[in-house]
Amino acid sequence: METISSLPQSLPVLTPTISRLAVGTEGLVKTYPGGVQALKGVSISVRPGTVFALLGPNGAGKSTTVKILTTLSHPTSGRASIMGRDVVREPGQVRRLIGVIAQKSAVDLEATTAENLVLQGQLYGLSGAELRRRVDNLLTRFDLADARKRIARTLSGGMQRKLDVVMGLIHRPQVLFLDEPTTGLDPEARADMWREISRLAREDGLTVVLTTHYLEEADHLAQQVAIIDHGQVVVEGTPDGLKAELRGDAILVELADACPESNVRAALSILDSTLREVAIDGRVLRARVDSGASALPTVLAALDAAGIRASTATVARPSLDDVYLRYTGRSYATANQKEAIQ
Amino acid sequence: MSVALTNSVQVTTRYVRAFLRQPYYVVGTLVQPLIWLLLFGQLFQRATQLPGFSAGSYIAFLTPGVIVMSALLSAGWSGTSYIIDMERGVMNRFLVSPARRGALISGQLVYQAGMVLLQSLIILGLGLLLGARFAGGIASILVLLIGTMLLGAAFAAFSNALALLLRKQESLIALNVTLVLPLTFLSSTLLPVNLMPGWMQVVARFNPVNWAVEVGRQTLSSSIDWSLIGVHLAELLALLLVCAWFSILAFRAYRRSV
Repeated sequence: METISSLPQSLPVLTPTISRLAVGTEGLVKTYPGGVQALKGVSISVRPGTVFALLGPNGAGKSTTVKILTTLSHPTSGRASIMGRDVVREPGQVRRLIGVIAQKSAVDLEATTAENLVLQGQLYGLSGAELRRRVDNLLTRFDLADARKRIARTLSGGMQRKLDVVMGLIHRPQVLFLDEPTTGLDPEARADMWREISRLAREDGLTVVLTTHYLEEADHLAQQVAIIDHGQVVVEGTPDGLKAELRGDAILVELADACPESNVRAALSILDSTLREVAIDGRVLRARVDSGASALPTVLAALDAAGIRASTATVARPSLDDVYLRYTGRSYATANQKEAIQ
Repeated sequence: MSVALTNSVQVTTRYVRAFLRQPYYVVGTLVQPLIWLLLFGQLFQRATQLPGFSAGSYIAFLTPGVIVMSALLSAGWSGTSYIIDMERGVMNRFLVSPARRGALISGQLVYQAGMVLLQSLIILGLGLLLGARFAGGIASILVLLIGTMLLGAAFAAFSNALALLLRKQESLIALNVTLVLPLTFLSSTLLPVNLMPGWMQVVARFNPVNWAVEVGRQTLSSSIDWSLIGVHLAELLALLLVCAWFSILAFRAYRRSV
């Protein structure tokens, strides 16, 4: 009884659950002029201080979601909030709370490293000694101090990317958006960026929302993953939780020659009790089994009996790729290729 | 200072700094008007002998015209900086910040107007070196500079709007090629209006370039026609407001399309 009477008098405009989240969306829909529906009702919840990954192929709706959350774009319907602030009704408040690192580097190439950073700070209302200290700290922390007077055009791609990150952090945001942070970086720069992202969440208590089309990136960095496909969240959970839901091992058999799907399925029909989630994608056959080591020989024998030759066969522990396959019905690599061709 | 004003100054500073790093551009703004002054000055030097040509020195007649023409030529490229910012993602970086939207537009226009002023002063100096003398004195020169800046800012705003809508450098090339020279020749930049064919005189009356040139020509006369200046400056101000409004609409259209 006591607790009820001590509740705050002014009720939040948003539902209580969404207002306690660092980032929350409910039924986000975005239809572009011309009728293209980029989002068909996206709902995500990101708890404060965690790394959240929006995973999906190009064109799935990740960037549109981020554009709405960062006040660049308005949703057609649905709601979105950052730290309990509505992105449509309170864009000014939201902009102060968020740091945004866009997919493409947004460095002003004609200005020096320090000038880029100082202007960014000024646009967020920082000035004087406070701004100078912040600039010095960030440049030192991200190994850019030696480059402070260099024109950004002369920096390497990895350094420009770091400058992007530093600009996103200048005003001490509470929620950091990273749109495809490592696309186009070499492996060394990518590993470097991964270390920084982990450190930001761990040491600075930042909430990080990251979009990526690299499965291993989501797996490595995120505590929570939402797989987004064709403008909808198909599944959300922890990487380990999602993988654990898939019982057993994945087997993958590559066929030596192209073969009609129905023939392959017919050949495997005697193994119906062993194989689950059979998917045939061109010359690649995937299935889930309780024990890969014992199932694989029987699968190969069944195929052989039907005159279907296999060129390679693998057994793997469940990966996010398998999670993706299960919820979208196609493999991640194929989805990305198809989107790229479109 | 209000946030909007502070932001505007910060944006202007960014452009000024980039400008100072391009020595070739600085030299270019010097050399091109010099070529116009020397070329047209030589070509038309005997125009003063034409009946109906009231000015005594062609170089003095030409200098205000070249000032206006050069303002038009440089302001026409104004949208280039927006195109680069949109391509680079700098525009979106500014838009997700709490920076005032208006400051992003006004800061750039202030820079453009400042460039026009600097360029005009340089050409004025060149004209004086080449022997032009201005009987109208300081007041008339101030009016010339104001009129040129209004026209330059208006044309820059128009260029920005096209850049935001079409997002291609080609569109600005088309703007400069199809507008600047015809508008210049349809004004009294090279020859006084009373020597033009009748239809051109009518077009010139509604040509903003001619408004600015006519205002600038008052530098030649010791008896300044303040009512003509008043009318044309009001027209130029109205044009600037229309163009600025157009660029704000274009900015909104860009934001909706993101």
